Amino acid sequence: MKLETHAVTKRYGAHAALDGASFTTGDEARVIALLGPSGGGKSTLLRVLGSLLVPDEGHVSIDASMLPHDEDGALNERRGNGFVFQGYNLFPHLTALQNITLPLREVHGMSETLATQRALELLHRLGLAGHENKRPSQLSGGQQQRAAIARALAPKPRLLLLDEPTSALDPVMTGEVLDVVRELAEAGQSIILATHEISFARKVADWVVFLAAGKVEESSSAADFFTRPQTDLARQYLEGLSRYR
Amino acid sequence: MSASHAIPVSNARYALYVLVLCVFASAAFYGVFAAVEYPWNWSGVWQYRQQFVYGWLSTMGLSLVAMIVSIVFGFLLMLGRRAPWMPVRMGCGSVVEVVRGSPLLVQLLIGHYIIAQALNIDQPLFTGIILLGCFEGAYLAEIFRGAVESISASQLEAARAVGFSKAQTYRFVIIPQALRRALPGTTGQLVSLIKDSSLLSVIGIEELVQKVKIMNAANFAPLEGYLPLALAYLAVTLPLSHLARRLEGRFAYET
Repeated sequence: MKLETHAVTKRYGAHAALDGASFTTGDEARVIALLGPSGGGKSTLLRVLGSLLVPDEGHVSIDASMLPHDEDGALNERRGNGFVFQGYNLFPHLTALQNITLPLREVHGMSETLATQRALELLHRLGLAGHENKRPSQLSGGQQQRAAIARALAPKPRLLLLDEPTSALDPVMTGEVLDVVRELAEAGQSIILATHEISFARKVADWVVFLAAGKVEESSSAADFFTRPQTDLARQYLEGLSRYR
Repeated sequence: MSASHAIPVSNARYALYVLVLCVFASAAFYGVFAAVEYPWNWSGVWQYRQQFVYGWLSTMGLSLVAMIVSIVFGFLLMLGRRAPWMPVRMGCGSVVEVVRGSPLLVQLLIGHYIIAQALNIDQPLFTGIILLGCFEGAYLAEIFRGAVESISASQLEAARAVGFSKAQTYRFVIIPQALRRALPGTTGQLVSLIKDSSLLSVIGIEELVQKVKIMNAANFAPLEGYLPLALAYLAVTLPLSHLARRLEGRFAYET
C-alpha cells in the first residue's frame, strides 16, 4: 500500500492540529507507525487517513486513489476501515458480542446468523471466549480493547487504524493487546498505528511517519528511522523514550 | 441504582419505618383539621361516587393521550433544537422558551377561545389534549436534549467509526443510551402532566377536578371532595413513579 498526503491541514478553532502535513510512504508499506510527541497531530492524522475526519485543506491518496471529501464519500470510505481508540469506545449498553454484530448487520448487511458466527470466531481468536455476553463495564481494560479490536476487524477492513491502543492500559494488558496487533500484522493485515510504544513499533512497523507540531518531520522506512533518524527532533524523541526501557 | 437501595435495610425495619411515618402523617393531618373544627359531611359526597369515577376515568384517558402527544412533540422539538439549519433551531428554541415560560392557564384560554375558534375547531377535549401535550412536551424537549447531549463525543466518534449513518447513530447509539438518562426526568414530567390536566376544567372539560367542584358545590361541602381527589391522583402517580424506578434498574449499566 502506498500512502500519500499533500499539505493536509486540519484546524480546531484557531489551533491547527495538522499544519500542512505532507509525506509519501514506500510502495509496499503495510504496517505504518505514526510516532511523535503528544499533541503533535498523530491522532488527527490517523483520523484523516481513515476518513473519520475530512481535512480542511490538502488531500490524501491511498494507492493513487484520492480520498473523497464529501460526507457520503467519506462514510463509504470509513465503512471499509476498522478503528480502535485509546479509550476502547465500545457501546456500553451492548454486550461484547452485540458490539460486533450490530455494525455487521446494520452497516454491512450481514444476516444475524453469519454476523454472530463471525463475531464469535473473532472473540475466541482474541482470547475472549466466555466473555461474549458481558457488557464493557464487566470487562477489564485489556479485554475491552481486544473486544474493540474484534469489532474493528469483523467486517474484514482493508485498513486497521489504531490510535494509541495501549495508552490507557497497565503493562500486562498492554502486552495482551500488542500480542494481538503483532499477530494481525504478521498475518498480513494493513495497519496504521499511532503509538508511544517505541520498541513495539520497531518490531512490527515497516514504515514510520514522525510528526511534531502538526507537521511531518520525517517519513522513512522503519529500519532507516530507528537506526539513522534524519532530524534532531526525531533523535531526541527516540533517545528520550528509550532512556528508561 | 436508585437511591432508595443505597443503604440496605431489612424488610421488618422497612415496614416499621413505613408504619411510623404513616402514624405521624395521620396525626398531623387529623390535628390540623381538628384545630379548625372542620365540620365533616361525607354523606353528600358518597352520592356522587359515579360522577367521581367518570371524572377519574376521563382524567386518566385524556392524560394518556396527552402523554403520547407530549412525548412525540418533545422529541420533535429536541430534534429541531439540534437541526443543522439555524432558523429551525431558533424557532424550536423560541417555542420551548415561550411555552415553558408562560402559565398553562393562559395557554389554555388563548388556545381554546382564540386559536381554536380561528381554526374553526369546536372540540374542547381535542384542543385541551393538544395544548396540554404541547405544554408538557416543551419540558420533555429539554429533558431529552440534556440526555442526548450528555452522550460523550467518543461514543459519537465510535458510531462514525463503525460506519453508522446519522440516522443509525441516533437509533443504535444515542437513543438507547439517552433513554435511560432521560427516564427519571420524563416520569416526573408525566406525573406533572396528570396533575396539570386538572386545569382543563377552565375550558369546560368534565374531568375529575370539574366533577369534584360540581359535587362540592351541590353538597355545600367545601373540601370533602378534594381529599378523595388527591387520593385518586396519588393512586396513579405513585405507581407511575415506582414503575419508573424499576425501569431505571432494568436499563442500568455502568458507563
